[in-house]
Amino acid sequence: MPGAPAFSPSGVELDRRRYRRTQGKRSVLISVASTVIFAVVVLGVLFSSSGWPQVQESFFDWNTMVSSVGPILVGLWLNIQVLVVAAIGVAIFGSLLAIARTLRGPIFTPIRLLAAGYTDIFRGVPVLLVLYLVGFGLPGLNLFDRMPAQFWGTIALILCYSAYVAEVLRAGIEAVHPSQRLAARALGLSHAKTLRLVVMPQAVRKVTPALMNDFVSMQKDVGLISVLGAVDAIRAAQIQVAQEYNFSPYVVAGILFVLLSLPMIRLTDWYTARAQKREQIGGAV
Amino acid sequence: MTSSTTPVLRVDNVWKLFGEHPVLRGISLEVAAHEVVVLIGASGSGKSTLLKTINLLEPVNDGQIFLGDEDITDPQVKPDAVRAQVGVVFQHYNLFPHMSVLANVALALRQVHGQDKATAEARGLELLTRIGLGDKAGEYPDRLSGGQQQRVAIARAIASDPRLLLLDEITSALDPQLVGEVLDLVRELKKSGSTILMATHEMGFARRVADRVVFLKDGVIVEAGTPEQIFENPQNPATREFLARVLNPLG
Ligand SMILES: Nc1ncnc2c1ncn2[C@@H]1O[C@H](COP(=O)(O)OP(=O)(O)OP(=O)(O)O)[C@@H](O)[C@H]1O
Ligand SMILES: [Mg+2]
Repeated sequence: MPGAPAFSPSGVELDRRRYRRTQGKRSVLISVASTVIFAVVVLGVLFSSSGWPQVQESFFDWNTMVSSVGPILVGLWLNIQVLVVAAIGVAIFGSLLAIARTLRGPIFTPIRLLAAGYTDIFRGVPVLLVLYLVGFGLPGLNLFDRMPAQFWGTIALILCYSAYVAEVLRAGIEAVHPSQRLAARALGLSHAKTLRLVVMPQAVRKVTPALMNDFVSMQKDVGLISVLGAVDAIRAAQIQVAQEYNFSPYVVAGILFVLLSLPMIRLTDWYTARAQKREQIGGAV
Repeated sequence: MTSSTTPVLRVDNVWKLFGEHPVLRGISLEVAAHEVVVLIGASGSGKSTLLKTINLLEPVNDGQIFLGDEDITDPQVKPDAVRAQVGVVFQHYNLFPHMSVLANVALALRQVHGQDKATAEARGLELLTRIGLGDKAGEYPDRLSGGQQQRVAIARAIASDPRLLLLDEITSALDPQLVGEVLDLVRELKKSGSTILMATHEMGFARRVADRVVFLKDGVIVEAGTPEQIFENPQNPATREFLARVLNPLG
């Protein structure tokens, strides 16, 4: 803007900035100090307990841990593959369920009821039970040629998690202000396009934290496919435990699962903060 | 086959009931090409409902609505095809918050009118530039002021050159100083030949921009005429009372 004076902070503003900076440094120092003290106390109690040497030997044996990492990582790769396929399956099936539950109009009553019944049942049944039923029951039908355990495990995970995700998505769909739908229809967009281009993207953004939560939860539940005999990270750890008579491989598997989920969790935080602002204006009343 | 005498819009004895409650009671109205018709009336008089029936967002209970020669209340008519020819802007700016301003304007061009991305965006950018918001094309709606958002909503509505533009109290959610910029845009649309049916509480604006003013009360058209007739010399006592109240709310 020609002619307008350029911004240069006044003395008052510079003082305020200086104050905020020192405050910022102080709060960082305080949080570091309190964290260190807390950690020292907890570890002190742990290491001074009488049973610690035995626990350390059977759960934190360094050599066993190092030697078991390789096979467990190979198993973890299977978990990741199952996770990716299951996540895609859940995204598709969960969306369909959610949309089915939000259909209005008498013609859709059977579909709506079916979807409602499905989500009710599969949210109630323990994942482990579904795994057993699908993994040991369905193959008996001989619908396909013999499929590996991880195939049935993936199916079971999709069946369970779609029910959770559908409920979350349904809440998101209903939270999109009706005026958004109206505006889309007014432009001449069909029902399906309104749903796909306007309602769903906003619904997903609104419930991203909850969806990510479900994803992280699924990330650890992929470990359950080991009960069907799939050689995943848990199963690999189990084999190592049996060979070494030492539980450290389980700890390794646990750490790996946590490491696997960390990037996802950070990504969620970042993404949620970014997306939140945008949707705020949606459907001002 | 629209001859020059066929009105763009003809509403013929339209009734609309919500449950038992009649909201429109036999409305008849015509809007000729390039005409700006302004609906005025108290809150709850049925202005929004009338505009929604014209866009088929609400089905009528009786009567007919013609867009050109076509009876759009015929159940065989595809609502989306009608809506594609009618632009609408609502009271509350209903931009899609998850899309950039340009994507908002280009959405219907691409998804309803089947234009390719480049063509639609070129047209969108041209419109945004015309309304003075070319530099905001890549922004998301939350970065715009209310007045700017409402102008984008208008650009979105006119992007596909609709035969008829419906504006429903497009300034009533705005701060007073933002009202002017939106109304200026409407005036410019009128100059460029758009056919507009709008509901508004801005009497001063109605007076300056309208070719015809229609006063609605309890779902009935009480009086209609040129702005001069309605504002200078209203015939009906109800019109006089309404105008006295809105023009001088404290008196
Ligand atoms: N979906 C609906 N269901 C039931 N009643 C409705 C519905 N929409 C509108 N109405 C009723 O219809 C009447 C007319 O409403 P409308 O929105 O058309 O009024 P308006 O003239 O636009 O008022 P305003 O100036 O406040 O916008 C009101 O009494 C309202 O309560
Ligand atoms: Mg209204």
